[in-house]
Amino acid sequence: MIRLNTPIKDQDIKNLKVGEKVLISGTIYTARDQAHSRLLNESNPAFEIKGSIIYYVGPTPKRDNFPIGSSGPTSSYRMDKLAVPLMEQGLKIMIGKGNRSEEFRQEMIKNNAVYLITTGGAGALISSKILKSKLIMYEDLGAEAIYQLEVKDFPCFVAYDIYGNDIFKDNLL
Amino acid sequence: MRQINLEDITKLVKKAVIKINYHLDKSLVSLIRKAKENETLELSKSILSDILENYEIAKEGNIPLCQDTGVVVVLLEIGNNVHFDGNIYEAINEGVRQGYHEGYLRKSMVNHPFDRINTQDNTPAIIHTKIVQGNKIIMKIAAKGGGSENMSKVTMLTPTEGIQGVKKLVLDTIFNAGGRPCPPLIVGIGIGGNFEKSAILAKEAIFRDLDDSNEDEIIKKLEDDLYKEINALGVGPMGVGGKTTCLAVKINYHPMHIASLPVAINIQCHSSRHTEVEL
Repeated sequence: MIRLNTPIKDQDIKNLKVGEKVLISGTIYTARDQAHSRLLNESNPAFEIKGSIIYYVGPTPKRDNFPIGSSGPTSSYRMDKLAVPLMEQGLKIMIGKGNRSEEFRQEMIKNNAVYLITTGGAGALISSKILKSKLIMYEDLGAEAIYQLEVKDFPCFVAYDIYGNDIFKDNLL
Repeated sequence: MRQINLEDITKLVKKAVIKINYHLDKSLVSLIRKAKENETLELSKSILSDILENYEIAKEGNIPLCQDTGVVVVLLEIGNNVHFDGNIYEAINEGVRQGYHEGYLRKSMVNHPFDRINTQDNTPAIIHTKIVQGNKIIMKIAAKGGGSENMSKVTMLTPTEGIQGVKKLVLDTIFNAGGRPCPPLIVGIGIGGNFEKSAILAKEAIFRDLDDSNEDEIIKKLEDDLYKEINALGVGPMGVGGKTTCLAVKINYHPMHIASLPVAINIQCHSSRHTEVEL
């Protein structure tokens, strides 16, 4: 098991190998389809993309006294093309669920980034690892807006590493 | 004629959509427990443990099971001896509106394919209506997630492709979907009818009780065979490998044209949220 603190450095990426459990603490950012589309045309985003972690999630509305609602991952493949320019700007880790395109995987390796997965459909469990949430961009997108999350021991597994390994292929019976 | 008050329909729908988004069916949870015991890969076991722990947290009623609280699908059966004044579809949608607001559920419906403006209240529900005999209204209600729905498909096979053709199609579809639809899955399959009928059959199939048994011997065998063959694919929980790719396979069928063998595959994620209510 590896513990990671944000922001992410190049050395952190080298240490991550497929199938390993990773616990993330620090600041991460949410973004899905629409937020990605807008970010690509953004000259001055409200967070530093270099060294950052983006989590593909659209949470449920939060109740009073809770930091956030249910917050499990959405399918990552929809962000495959949209993620490339962000990786070129220094995005280091993407968290979601499910396999992605071969083109994405090659771009990811080229840009020294990794793809992690967390358990889909476990939004209640995952939200218990989020301490704070704050809306920072695109309020009009509702659940698809960009939130800054403070997380503690946020649980993931390495799905694609920079050494070309793929969790979805390596374990096939 | 039995008079039904549509406000009671609204109340039932509201209660149902909140309940299903916080509580998983016990028979489903017991299948996931069994699957966890059966897994040998640590990673796959750990994912199934997460799913079971998630169920325990969600049932306290503060945080929904999944952030994708779905599109509401209603299989509506109206007895021919029932009478009501007003618009029953609007009554159902009002229940969705109230339930998604008061239950702190995500509003996931957008109005238009391209401007994609959120309707803000998770309406409209997708409603399929049948007129049946009797003096009741029965509603089977699901909150259907987008991830698993996106991996579903309708294919028009040719009649001579037969059982082998159906098997190949289903296995390819589940294998290619990989971890995206959140396995372990419940696989609903509709065979026959025509293009749109097969899709409705597949949707109806995912509402079936997990432990029911198909009355048609050939179809029952196909369900059993596919259950084994899908699990032998090794896709595993969330696609990371393992013995549990599906928890159940349910097939519904209908007569069809001599030239056709329509097959619809509706994929349901492990968080299978549905219930049945009647009035």
